[in-house]
Amino acid sequence: MSVLISVVLLLTAVAGTGVVMTREPVHQAMVLSVLGLVLAILFVVLAAPDVGLSQLVVGAAVLPLMVLLALAKIRAQERR
Amino acid sequence: MNRGARSGLFAVAALGMAALLGWAFAAAPAFGAPSHPYGDLAVQTALAGRATANAIASVTFDQRGLDTMGEEFILFAAVLGASVLLRREPDEFADPDDDEGARDRPSPGPSPEMIHLAGYLVLPVVVVVGIYVIAHGHLTPGGGFQGGIVLATALHLLYIAGDYPALRRLRPQRVFEISEASAAAGYVVLGLVGLAVSGAFLYNLLPYGTLGQLASAGTVPLLNVAVGLEVGSAMVLLLAEFLEQTLILRRRPGGGSNGARA
Repeated sequence: MSVLISVVLLLTAVAGTGVVMTREPVHQAMVLSVLGLVLAILFVVLAAPDVGLSQLVVGAAVLPLMVLLALAKIRAQERR
Repeated sequence: MNRGARSGLFAVAALGMAALLGWAFAAAPAFGAPSHPYGDLAVQTALAGRATANAIASVTFDQRGLDTMGEEFILFAAVLGASVLLRREPDEFADPDDDEGARDRPSPGPSPEMIHLAGYLVLPVVVVVGIYVIAHGHLTPGGGFQGGIVLATALHLLYIAGDYPALRRLRPQRVFEISEASAAAGYVVLGLVGLAVSGAFLYNLLPYGTLGQLASAGTVPLLNVAVGLEVGSAMVLLLAEFLEQTLILRRRPGGGSNGARA
């Protein structure tokens, strides 16, 4: 296993733990986006750029966006 | 079941799972091992027999095209389900002028003009990238799924460059509903044409052409376009449902059902 793969695997573990440890939902969506980006890098390092591209657009962009929109809706309703 | 019994049951299940996983991993090839019998065969088939430079595209759209059709309809069903769940309830009304989200933003930011300008500058680039990723799916990494989401993202840059009403005007949901459904159907039709011509569903009936050319790999580019259109439209519709719920739909005051219904 190369040094690069080890480093990215370690980063993935750190980012994944970060998502679980973050308790505030809006912050958690941001950390989730970072995890999505790190996973995309991992897939590219493991010579799977096709999967990396999918992971980048879905995991780093669309998924956190949907979480944020759902949170905004819930908060707007709670204020009333 | 009390807590002790639950923990006991979990311990038995976890130990069994760990034992089975350990057994399976012990017999698996080592990480990064050079031997990949299926991979070697798939790559050889893609390059030599089917003139598809991106072997992944050959596997997903040619050698295992049926699996990809299943995945496409998983997304189709998921978007349908989300649309039903997020539909406008009888006690909700549309209020395009009430910018509820504004209260979440402490200030408009240092320079909104810069953000608008960046949005307008990036938008055409993202559109070109999306089309490129779809059109070259059989040559380079990417394809319909990735390119479709890039195109859907490009449309939402309008929200950043302008405002939500601007995005709303340029996003007729009816049009995207039709394009999503017809693109999903297009994949099935290509499969049925193959069935009619050769007796095999999704048979690659077009000439394979020369490896590495834009017009190569037979029906793979056509299937990529169908998936790109389906995924792009599906993503636009999905985000539209979420955005409408967040920015436009309000519960009618005095509707009587506030809190009563979860």
